[in-house]
Amino acid sequence: MAGLNKQTASTQHNPFPRNWWVSGLWLVAAIYLVYSVNAMGLDWDRFTAGLGHADNLLSRMFPPNFSRWELLLEGLIESLEIAVISSVVGIFLSLFIGLLAARNFMPNWISTPVRGFIALCRSFHPVIIAILFVKSVGFGALAGILTLVIATIGFIAKLFAEAIEEISFKQVEAIRATGASFVSVILFAVMPQVFSRFIGFATYQFDSNLRNSTMVGIVGAGGLGGTLFSAFQRFDYDFVAAILITIIALILFWEFLSTLVRRIF
Amino acid sequence: MSAAQRFLEVKGLKKEYVAGNPILKGVDFSIDSPGIVAIIGPSGTGKSTLLRCINRLIEPTAGQIIFDNSDVCLASGKVLRHLRRQVAMVFQEYNLVERLSVIENVLSGRLGYMTSWQAWRRNYLQSDINNAYELLAAVGLEEHANKRADSLSGGQRQRVGIARAVMQDPRIILADEPTSSLDPKTAVEIMELLEKFASEKNIPALVNMHDVKLAQRFAKRIIGMSNGHIVYDGAPEGITDEHLKKIYGGESWLD
Repeated sequence: MAGLNKQTASTQHNPFPRNWWVSGLWLVAAIYLVYSVNAMGLDWDRFTAGLGHADNLLSRMFPPNFSRWELLLEGLIESLEIAVISSVVGIFLSLFIGLLAARNFMPNWISTPVRGFIALCRSFHPVIIAILFVKSVGFGALAGILTLVIATIGFIAKLFAEAIEEISFKQVEAIRATGASFVSVILFAVMPQVFSRFIGFATYQFDSNLRNSTMVGIVGAGGLGGTLFSAFQRFDYDFVAAILITIIALILFWEFLSTLVRRIF
Repeated sequence: MSAAQRFLEVKGLKKEYVAGNPILKGVDFSIDSPGIVAIIGPSGTGKSTLLRCINRLIEPTAGQIIFDNSDVCLASGKVLRHLRRQVAMVFQEYNLVERLSVIENVLSGRLGYMTSWQAWRRNYLQSDINNAYELLAAVGLEEHANKRADSLSGGQRQRVGIARAVMQDPRIILADEPTSSLDPKTAVEIMELLEKFASEKNIPALVNMHDVKLAQRFAKRIIGMSNGHIVYDGAPEGITDEHLKKIYGGESWLD
């Protein structure tokens, strides 16, 4: 033991020296924040003036107006259909894409391009993809469905791939040793290990698709969002409130259902 | 092929994980009679690699493995799968599919005989299902058939592992340290099961082991490996302290 009590002749380096670069970067970040607030013209007067407008909007929103319920219901049903179709198609495709992207099952020359494709699917916000699809396939639900299929693949295929990469390979080895075919190995050694996680990811993604299906309509890709946007433009704020309440009810209803689904699996 | 049935012949088997650094340096042996053949040797000497080359879970670098009149090393695709289903394997850590039930694990031994579509629909032959329950009874686990595999103890899991292997209706059983994770009493019980099935089916069981005493008790023949070579191959009674020194190195562990 080197004696702790012994005085060493030379002073040792402090292992936690001040890093002037890091301190400088923090300072630059702080200056930039102050500059941005000034550049945007944000001050207290602007904030209080804004609150006044909000007060005006809220007073015109209440009471919500459900008199045009047929229009509301039509949008709601379309949104629900977009969410269901895009989730089923997207999750089904993701099962295969996820497997192709799993580096423990696929050689690099397959998994790397597939991973690139998944990253591409995830690189744009759904609004931007929706605009692209509205321009390429036209207004309506088809554009919305394609948008959310892409969004689903971008998210779920990656999670599926990661779940597959984390499995125990011992079970795979054992099933392979029985002479099972590749597909049987996937069915008996991989699926049992990842199935419950897949169910969790899928319910989460449906939740996300449900919200997004009420949004894609804003750019003309079908669903309740279109109804919401035109109500905004005509200053029908009481109808807007009705739509918002409907969306909240829809999401809460799914929340209730998904808790049930998770309890089953 | 002589009058004595030849179950397996390994010729000049080499395996390098890293080029120029072989773990198996030319292994030759053949198995002509049923019963337990124990492979003993220190950790890292290539015992597991040897067994995994025989069913091609690991690709051999060079050599021949003659099984059922064909070279396993040259097989691929369907031919390889058909060879594999006749070579059953028992693992040190049991390697059961933990979230499947015990009976499903036993039945998974039939996967090599089924199409993927049948596997997807769990469309087993009634005779296979009957056999699976019979085998579970034979290893003493019939009341656990519908439990999940991960709820069993180590010894019980290894029994399921053996039942799965026998379910394949194999012509040889490979067991990679089947008793190393188990207590001494359970280890003996597992070896007794392997011995029983090997003699019932009249097939050889190639068993990697650490425990020399256990090997001498159950094996009809012992293959001692050291440093990627076979250094002893013969009757269990023929093993001397000299041989053990050669296999494991050193002598302070011998009493």
